[in-house]
Amino acid sequence: MSAEVHDHGHEHEHHHKDTFITKYIFSIDHKMIAKQYLITGIIMGVIGVAISLLFRLQLAWPEQSFKIFSIVLGDSYAPDGVMANDRYLALVTIHGTIMVFFVLTAALSGTFSNLLIPLQIGARDMASGFMNMLSYWMFFLSSIIMVSSLFVESGPASAGWTIYPPLSALPQAIPGSGMGMTLWLVSMAIFIASSLMGSLNYIVTVINLRTKGMSMTRLPLTIWAFFVTAIIGVISFPVLLSAALLLIFDRSFGTSFFLSDIYIAGEVLHYQGGSPVLFEHLFWFLGHPEVYIILLPALGITSEVIATNSRKPIFGYRAMIMSIIAIAFLSTIVWGHHMFISGMNPFLGSVFTFTTLLIAIPSAVKAFNYITTLWKGNLQLNPAMLFSIGLVSTFITGGLTGIILGDSTLDINVHDTYFVVAHFHLVMGISALYGMFAGIYHWFPKMFGRMLNKNLGYVHFWVTAVCAYGVFFPMHFIGLAGLPRRYYTNTNFPLFDDLQNVNVLITVFALIGGAFQLVFLYNFFSSIFYGKKTVQNPWKSNTLEWTAPIEHIHGNWPGEIPEVHRWPYDYSKPGHDVDFVPQNVPMKEGEEVLHH
Amino acid sequence: MTSLLVIIVLVLLAVALWQLTKIFDLTQVGSNTDNSQVATDNDNNVQGYLMFGFLSFIYIFTIYGLFTWGNLVLHTPASAHGATVDNLMNITWILIFTVQAITQVLLHYFAFKYRGKKDQKALYFADNNKLEAIWSVIPAIVLAGLILYGLYAWTNIMFIDEDEDTVVIELYAQQFKWTARYAGADKVLGKANVRLIEGVNSLGVDLSDPNAQDDFVVTELHIPKGKKIHFKMRSQDVLHSAYMPYFRAQMNCVPGMVTEFAFTPIYTTAEYQALPYMVEKVANINAIRAKKSIELVANGETALDPYTFDYLLLCNKICGASHYNMQMKIIVDTPEEYAKWLKDKTTVIQEVKKANTLAPVDGAVGVDSTKTMDTVAVAKVDMK
Repeated sequence: MSAEVHDHGHEHEHHHKDTFITKYIFSIDHKMIAKQYLITGIIMGVIGVAISLLFRLQLAWPEQSFKIFSIVLGDSYAPDGVMANDRYLALVTIHGTIMVFFVLTAALSGTFSNLLIPLQIGARDMASGFMNMLSYWMFFLSSIIMVSSLFVESGPASAGWTIYPPLSALPQAIPGSGMGMTLWLVSMAIFIASSLMGSLNYIVTVINLRTKGMSMTRLPLTIWAFFVTAIIGVISFPVLLSAALLLIFDRSFGTSFFLSDIYIAGEVLHYQGGSPVLFEHLFWFLGHPEVYIILLPALGITSEVIATNSRKPIFGYRAMIMSIIAIAFLSTIVWGHHMFISGMNPFLGSVFTFTTLLIAIPSAVKAFNYITTLWKGNLQLNPAMLFSIGLVSTFITGGLTGIILGDSTLDINVHDTYFVVAHFHLVMGISALYGMFAGIYHWFPKMFGRMLNKNLGYVHFWVTAVCAYGVFFPMHFIGLAGLPRRYYTNTNFPLFDDLQNVNVLITVFALIGGAFQLVFLYNFFSSIFYGKKTVQNPWKSNTLEWTAPIEHIHGNWPGEIPEVHRWPYDYSKPGHDVDFVPQNVPMKEGEEVLHH
Repeated sequence: MTSLLVIIVLVLLAVALWQLTKIFDLTQVGSNTDNSQVATDNDNNVQGYLMFGFLSFIYIFTIYGLFTWGNLVLHTPASAHGATVDNLMNITWILIFTVQAITQVLLHYFAFKYRGKKDQKALYFADNNKLEAIWSVIPAIVLAGLILYGLYAWTNIMFIDEDEDTVVIELYAQQFKWTARYAGADKVLGKANVRLIEGVNSLGVDLSDPNAQDDFVVTELHIPKGKKIHFKMRSQDVLHSAYMPYFRAQMNCVPGMVTEFAFTPIYTTAEYQALPYMVEKVANINAIRAKKSIELVANGETALDPYTFDYLLLCNKICGASHYNMQMKIIVDTPEEYAKWLKDKTTVIQEVKKANTLAPVDGAVGVDSTKTMDTVAVAKVDMK
């Protein structure tokens, strides 16, 4: 319906004048909303990464006084420049929350689903532009609330990003579970509403607004990834919302959903009959699919970038779709592998080990398909391509250790150690971040009409790539040595004294890697204004977004929406003079479809 | 201060590199076309070689890591089931290293080998069902093997035979300390609930329960070698996790429920301390501590004590500000030593009686003051 409206709209083009407010602030144009998501996400990313560098300093040189702590964190976090132990946990918690939800969920999906879904399927805009705008502004609001919780006197939420009760429910247990936790819950509730509105929009748009000829099996893999991601989001986020609401009830209205038999600060509390394990189930029913909500869009972007820059069709298009769907399905029945030793029935542990290890199969298929796509290609090693190859590398390295953590027997001894931290940072943190960078370098021309500087891009990639391994590879060892995560310092255990120099090395890599993100920030913000102007299709890509004019117009295409005649991966197809054949080019007479 | 210098140097380094790329850009002013930010053949060549270099980096870093940090990793499990766990772990590691070695080579080598050139044409190779089948079926078979082994081991470890003759011990977690309650001669723990916590009865043991009559409480865990220990875990406030890395044992402690884990220790503390790898590890740690002590003494602080190895019970679930310092020593005794240690333990009942009988002697006022003192003592423990 919306498409029809816009079809009328484009006849008188964009004669209606946009005011500053309707164009840049309360915009309902998906391209502007994508940019809003991206820039908000980058700001949140800077906060999230900066926080991690601060607590890495504490881990490398425990309980030392740092001027930077006094300057950045102030006295409540770091009296005399020494980080306080409860605030260390607060910083860890907020780092996790911001990176997982605000950067890698909202900013990654929000930016690229918004930008690419209408442009790549040939639609004038999202199914509901207004809901899309609302989705962004609720995300913005939740970001503000989350960041403002850093300034609460008793400190922000400090129970880890998984906010397991009773720790998160009882202010007596840790100061951060007071006002800080309330703000965390409110922020997340708004965030989830925002995420649901976005996801519903993506799903409806992909199903209803594809242009003529764009069948589901001609969709670029980016769209498949965004589409399936949105479905998982709609299935699992409401469960987290319910957990958050029940936790609010326990905290504020005296119910006992998650609490029972508690004696703290010298008194018995009234709670009876609840179970923290129930919360863990509810949390991880979102929490695990969340990993794929983060990862699938990154993999979708990678598929597109690798195919374009290899000048080759993505290998096994249908197998890729099947594995996206398989991963999505399996992701909803594996959450228990976070809870092998939570006290749930060991029989459940067996079931979850089985389903968890199954996920390795579609993941392996994807990794091998990427590698085969590179084989005998003509690789254009643009920064986006480097980040995509980097993603495949960290996805494999990080994914393989999942075989250990997903196996309940082996999980007993590495659960909640630094081994876990190493695993998930590589497989979903770094991989998804690489996917996001690949997307930014690849679609920056589409977003801003200018190019990012490639040399800064190269420097950015190589330093990041070395530092990512430098930080997370040694972490496996200290995890296997039995060092628990979320320890403010390990100086109380002489047993771990021999791990300290590894911790210093990790921090040094983290600081270098963190500092070099400034190269990216400079490149990004200066290129918006001063970057080289782009040509219409700089990467010689097949997908529809590159047929739209460089200047953004409402409704995306000035005339008719292009019709689609082929799949998006006809690169280097025999019988064509150029090495790419865009989707809107009709089949030549006698031209055959060469893929299944 | 040195770290601040390090940071400054890093920032300066970043600025320098940044400037370098700017200069590089300026040299390209002549070729100011719209496509100047798309990779050229020259870029592809340089980046292709860097990809190859990165492959070497991953390999060298991995090998360096294995040699330098490999000895930090836990080995020689101190429990009977630990051998199975480590065996499965080693098999999995072989698999992981094989797959990692092959795939990373292919990925980065292809990125180098097929780096773009003007006259090079990519192969149109869209799909191949045989290949897809190969890399679905092979992982499936390998994983099936791992799953079966894993489930076999898991079942053996986690399902505890209630009829077996075991030593039953309750691990009691609270912010931020561990306590252990032994079932005593009857091998059955008395009922307990946080609502019964009062005075010296800080674990809330139900004193009227016949099974509780011989229960006793300690803060240092002693267990006999060669006998299955059946741990029952409780927590009084938030989630904790009883982590005993050397025994390959871990279980969360959940308020409101009792969780359990069982294992059989196979080395006494003394035997484990004498293992060659442990002797080396302890010597290494003491060298580090001695070095640090010199620094400390120079700053007028006290030197660090030399370290001797002991098994530890650590808390491994975030539980509050002092989570990082919640530990209990575990001592594995020979059966004889253990029997000796068991003797003359004051039971909970005796302790409670002692606390109560002290009072009437001094009269009514005395009762109150003792009680208050006890509550204060408990409260102090909680505040720590």
